[in-house]
Amino acid sequence: MAKSLGPVKRKFSPWTDPSAVPFIRFENITKRFGDFTAVDNLTLDIYEREFFSLLGPSGCGKTTLMRMLAGFEEPTEGRILLQGKDISGVPPYRRPTNMMFQSYALFPHMTVEKNIAFGLEQDNLPKGEIAARVEEMLKLVKLETFARRKPNQLSGGQRQRVALARSLAKRPKVLLLDEPLGALDKKLREETQFELMDIQTNLGLTFLIVTHDQEEAMTVSDRIAVMDKGVIMQVATPAEIYEAPNSRYVADFIGDINILEGTVSTTESALGAPGAVRIDCDGVAVAVEQECQAVKGDKVAFAIRPEKVRISPDQPADTSFNAVYGEVWDIGYLGDFSVFLVKMADGRIVRAAQANVSRLVDRPITFGDMVWLTWPLDAGLVLTR
Amino acid sequence: MKSSRFDATVLTLCFAFLYIPIIILIVYSFNASKLVTVWGGFSLQWYRTMWSNEGLMDAAWVTARVGVLSATLGTALGTLAALSLVRFQKFPGRMLFSGMIYAPLVMPEVITGLSMLLLFVALNIDRGFWTVIIAHTTFTMCYVAIVVQSRLMTFDRSLEEAALDLGCPPVKTFFKITLPLILPAVIAGWMLAFTLSLDDLVIASFNTGPGATTLPIKIYSQVRLGVTPEINAICTILIGFVTIGVIATSIGTKRAELNRIRDEHVALRGTT
Repeated sequence: MAKSLGPVKRKFSPWTDPSAVPFIRFENITKRFGDFTAVDNLTLDIYEREFFSLLGPSGCGKTTLMRMLAGFEEPTEGRILLQGKDISGVPPYRRPTNMMFQSYALFPHMTVEKNIAFGLEQDNLPKGEIAARVEEMLKLVKLETFARRKPNQLSGGQRQRVALARSLAKRPKVLLLDEPLGALDKKLREETQFELMDIQTNLGLTFLIVTHDQEEAMTVSDRIAVMDKGVIMQVATPAEIYEAPNSRYVADFIGDINILEGTVSTTESALGAPGAVRIDCDGVAVAVEQECQAVKGDKVAFAIRPEKVRISPDQPADTSFNAVYGEVWDIGYLGDFSVFLVKMADGRIVRAAQANVSRLVDRPITFGDMVWLTWPLDAGLVLTR
Repeated sequence: MKSSRFDATVLTLCFAFLYIPIIILIVYSFNASKLVTVWGGFSLQWYRTMWSNEGLMDAAWVTARVGVLSATLGTALGTLAALSLVRFQKFPGRMLFSGMIYAPLVMPEVITGLSMLLLFVALNIDRGFWTVIIAHTTFTMCYVAIVVQSRLMTFDRSLEEAALDLGCPPVKTFFKITLPLILPAVIAGWMLAFTLSLDDLVIASFNTGPGATTLPIKIYSQVRLGVTPEINAICTILIGFVTIGVIATSIGTKRAELNRIRDEHVALRGTT
């Protein structure tokens, strides 16, 4: 039976349907600021009702990309299509997008109520309708009793909610969120992430979120685009990004991973299993069950997540491949997990993570112990990029 | 303690140096004697004669109008100059322009006054009320520009972007978001401009004409004929104006500060 990747959040995958029409399309977008190229010939499709993340380190062009969609920046080259229409040259105040700013940008001289009503007033809606919509938004973010407060009379979490309510009040086709939870503490952030997902599903909106926090992107998104230096490295679901990164960059950026550089020594037939590769990583023989373009002699990287490496003081039956012997050099105890840094004879370090499933262990592994690290054929990945 | 006695002495001397001339001026405005240097008992007569001195009253009225008009014009122009300097980071001649906005601050007033005069002569404009206003607007707008500029430096641009994003066109955004938030700086700029205009003798005397004698010019010309206690009286009233202004501003700032602290307490408690 064919195995598949990790958990699927919801049955929603318009990107796999070739007939689906993208809601937002960035087409060969380039943005230069003087000599600096912030976004480099980038093409990206986002679908209706999708929760999409732009993930990358600061300066990778993710915020610029979002600001171009909001209309604060114009692309140097290329065009942006919203529902098939080119929106180049349309000023921000005529675009059907709303943005939640990183700094929240609440108007300090207006009450919470007035802040939320601001966008609606610009559309010259009747007073009664504005009041009703404000009420509805306050209820949505659970701030009914704070309507008359000024922003500086609110806590950080409350301000974040007001900012969200204000950006949702006009029922935009696309909501842009620029590092929306950056200023909140961890507990509140996690809570809010789930609330955001609820709101997005219930209102049926398209969300585009910019973040440098990979955990946040993994939690909330349908798909993630990992960016680096103005280009997209990979666009995929969180599970694909984590379990099947397409490059060393993505593998290294998302989560923790061991990367061993090596050379392909044999491909498939020699190993028996279809689509398998053997790699020699400077003395560590690795076998991977993976369809792969690499041929004998190619320089590749073998990547494996620490939680997929088994650690044991006992020697495995077969040590000819996928086995590393070394000394426990350091231990990181995280409560739910422990991470063991195992140093091989040549000084390279491989990390193995172990879930602490029981409170008490017969024979705990400790500093200086000699241990064996092993992993099955399908646990690791061959990265050619 | 010796050192604290020393401190007290120094402080007293400094304040005496600063305020004794002003105190003497105020005290002698209540002098019954006509001689400025001889105390002849308490009296309010100089305030009465000052009130009926038409020349002095006219000059005061001209000064008030010049002050209000030139401060208002200077504030409008100065605010716009500050906006363009802060907002348009790159335009040809920006460096020159931003340097030139500071120049009138250090320029000797004689030169500013003279150059304005030459301009009006060259353009064949009769000197009078409006030329004083134009001259005052020119030099006060620089002060306003600097005050407003420093406020705009710390202004969070994302507030304006948020307004645009919510469908508010740029001009409306300026009046609904930007202006209310920089208003304290604009008002401070106006007050500064008004005080500078009120106070100016040199530039005004170069550019004034018949029927547009400002108070400082009037006082100066009267003093040349000898100091009368009337002058003391009008100066005391001017000091009163400035003092009230300063106290009002400081009470305003203090109250804003207290409000901010109270707001923060409310936010921390999390409930009303």
